[in-house]
Amino acid sequence: MGRLPLDGVRIVGTPVVIAGPFATMLLADMGAEVILSESIQHFPPVTRGAFPRPPQFIVPTTGGGMIGGAGGLSTYYDHWAGSRPWDRYVMFNNLGRNKLSCCIDLTRPRGVDVFKRLIKKSDVFLESNRPGSMDKLGITYESLREVKPDIIHINMPALGCTGRHSQGALFGAQLQALAGHTWLTRYPDLDYTTTQSFIFHADACAGATAAFAVLCALQYRKRTGKGQHIDLSQLETVIPHLGEAIMEYTMNHRVQDPLGNRDANMAPQGVYRCHGDDRWVVITVDSDEAWQGLCRGMGNPEWGKAERFSTVKGRMENHDEIDRYIEEWTSRHDHYEVMWILQKEGVAAGPVLDGRDATHDPHLASRGFFEVVKHGETGVHLYPGISWKMSKTPLGIRKAAPCLGEDNDYVFKKVIGMSDAEIKELEKEQIIGGDEYVEGASAF
Amino acid sequence: MGDLALSGVKVLDLSWYIAGPYCTKLLADYGADVIKVEKPGEGDPARKIGPFFQDEPHLEKSGLFLHLNTNKLGITLNIKSTEGRKILKELVKKVDIVVESFSPRVMPGLGLDYKTLEKINPKIVMTSISNFGQTGPYRDFKASEIVEYAMGGEMYSSGIAGREPLKLGGNVGQYQAGTMAAVATLGAFYGTDFQGEGQHIDISIMETEAGDADRRSTHVMGYLAAGVITNRWVPPREAARIMIMPSGVYPCKDGFINTLSMPTWFPRYIKALGMPGLKDDPRFQNVYNGETAPEFDAIWYNWLADHTKQEVFEACLEAKIASAPLNNAEDVVNYSHLKDREYFTEIEHPATGRIIYTGAPFKMSESPWQLRSSAPLLGQHNDEVYTKILGYHKKDLAKLKESGVI
Repeated sequence: MGRLPLDGVRIVGTPVVIAGPFATMLLADMGAEVILSESIQHFPPVTRGAFPRPPQFIVPTTGGGMIGGAGGLSTYYDHWAGSRPWDRYVMFNNLGRNKLSCCIDLTRPRGVDVFKRLIKKSDVFLESNRPGSMDKLGITYESLREVKPDIIHINMPALGCTGRHSQGALFGAQLQALAGHTWLTRYPDLDYTTTQSFIFHADACAGATAAFAVLCALQYRKRTGKGQHIDLSQLETVIPHLGEAIMEYTMNHRVQDPLGNRDANMAPQGVYRCHGDDRWVVITVDSDEAWQGLCRGMGNPEWGKAERFSTVKGRMENHDEIDRYIEEWTSRHDHYEVMWILQKEGVAAGPVLDGRDATHDPHLASRGFFEVVKHGETGVHLYPGISWKMSKTPLGIRKAAPCLGEDNDYVFKKVIGMSDAEIKELEKEQIIGGDEYVEGASAF
Repeated sequence: MGDLALSGVKVLDLSWYIAGPYCTKLLADYGADVIKVEKPGEGDPARKIGPFFQDEPHLEKSGLFLHLNTNKLGITLNIKSTEGRKILKELVKKVDIVVESFSPRVMPGLGLDYKTLEKINPKIVMTSISNFGQTGPYRDFKASEIVEYAMGGEMYSSGIAGREPLKLGGNVGQYQAGTMAAVATLGAFYGTDFQGEGQHIDISIMETEAGDADRRSTHVMGYLAAGVITNRWVPPREAARIMIMPSGVYPCKDGFINTLSMPTWFPRYIKALGMPGLKDDPRFQNVYNGETAPEFDAIWYNWLADHTKQEVFEACLEAKIASAPLNNAEDVVNYSHLKDREYFTEIEHPATGRIIYTGAPFKMSESPWQLRSSAPLLGQHNDEVYTKILGYHKKDLAKLKESGVI
């Protein structure tokens, strides 16, 4: 097997919820050995589920509802939490690919000692805890440097390690709000209380940016031999993704308002109902040529020849009218059919794909996006795969997400080099090892 | 100039619009030497997209372009001319990384595909960013932010039940593709040392969305693992309540706030509200009692109406509740916590004067982010790059300019 770009890099992590797990996933995908330092005493919220052993009424069976009710975020395989729910939580298993798991109780000094022995053999420590929460355990950048002088320590809390609100433990929804993204995401005819979206760009953005941060530090260490500490505020990774709105304010002292599904510079753009139940297509006309293409695709209707639609300015002014004409046409066609007709005419158009459509999409399939993976507790499933292709070091899902403590042996014996006797003794004390949460493991 | 994380890493940037330039901005802002190549006379199409400084459409006054191209050197080169391609190949010899975002047929059509560049510089990492990737049935399709979000992303469950799917605000999918491209590019570059050779990276914006952690990949996995199709949900305040504490967006005195509740957080709410008496209120002894939820709402809405979004935020932070104000860009730029962290930064640009820009997406203790220069004027560094890096004489440059090559 060929070497992967990050072969030989060992990352220890205590990432929680989504952003940290996504960051470590991207690094594991490129070959880093990512070891999750978990614990049978402490259950991190919304990482391996909402509760260690969820009551059946919060195990969802449908795709609608709120947190704790239903939907992708709280889904268990086959709607069955089983006796080991933490190994059956879809979100963890999706983001946990290519990683290893060991259990160490960091709340006891001997656990911290084991942890530091692991750090001594590692290159990077990634955490997404509130600043200071690891300090209490005696785990700080300074103390890790003592055992590993060139360690790279990245902490990626919601609001960063310094500043008056650094203790704020916020989730994606609140980061979106603080960053000004929620402000820009709204149906123009409804207010914010009604249009709340449950898609949180902040998690994705912070995770990917954190992976980039680790690579920057690795590159710097390769050149200078020095490790360092990285203070990543998830909020501060999102704001640059909203550059236009920020620049509009800093240059012109004007606040951008939400546009719904329309665009500031191109028209028409929108989502249009198609034939079938809750089927939709999106269309962007980005030039006068594309407008001609749209008209051709629709069979050159008489209304399309109107002078007032021939310029982008005119199409902006008459957007509602155009939308009605377009939807009259799209509603007679399947969403994929509209895509094929309009793309042939040089118009940007595509179906709104739900979770099932995506798994059958011919393009994703032809590029081998989905991969078959066998997981110890849940069996064989297709999984969304790697988000990019590398020509000489093809990436893939080398192993499924780890069950809790699945790699205890490997980590304690092979990586740290502990003796069987020491392992046995520490296991007896439940300082290391184990593969199920103790009764009363903390949840929130 | 100090020692930066990516000092010494040399990047040739042929990309345009948002995704590619954001990828190379990340590299440049952490110290890489990025040479941005633009079309003579016109430049990156982002130069023609607003917002414009003082609303004046001008190639040097696009806020989008200024934001995305900090810390880069800018040259003009017509790579469609024979002479231009020759010069480009000379530049490829001098760099470690090439980033391009043309549609997939363009670079091979110009004789500048990876196979060719690899022969010129075996250690080159070439990153190609495109709408749908370099292969597959959609590879020549046109796209836009909303088209990528519909096909690759989680648009289907964005918005509310009974209404059409809703796009996320801004162009976040493009920025995210750029961020993912930066991860892949730097990862591949890190590996070139022991690999002894570079490689070609194929970034499909559709796939960066399909594998994204904004919930898309988890929702797709929900279908693959349990047959769940995550759909658009009713707004929180109309949904069947499973807890008495609030979740979602609520109006307050001067705007809106977003709040979230965990089952154990009732004591936190009564702390934030400053109403310790609620602790023993018989209506709220069972937090899962959906029937008394409206009675808690009555208290909650009244309290919100008396408090500004900032006051609600402070009270909730104090009580350890995940809650935040719905900020607009003005609020973001003036947010006190970001001032504590000296997040925003100012720099001079010839066409706009001093302007505030977004700051470091992460703070490195040893090799910090630096805003060393604002975005280049069109062709600003032609002299510097062509004479110092490629060794052209001034009079050669005049000739190239005359023939429209640069």
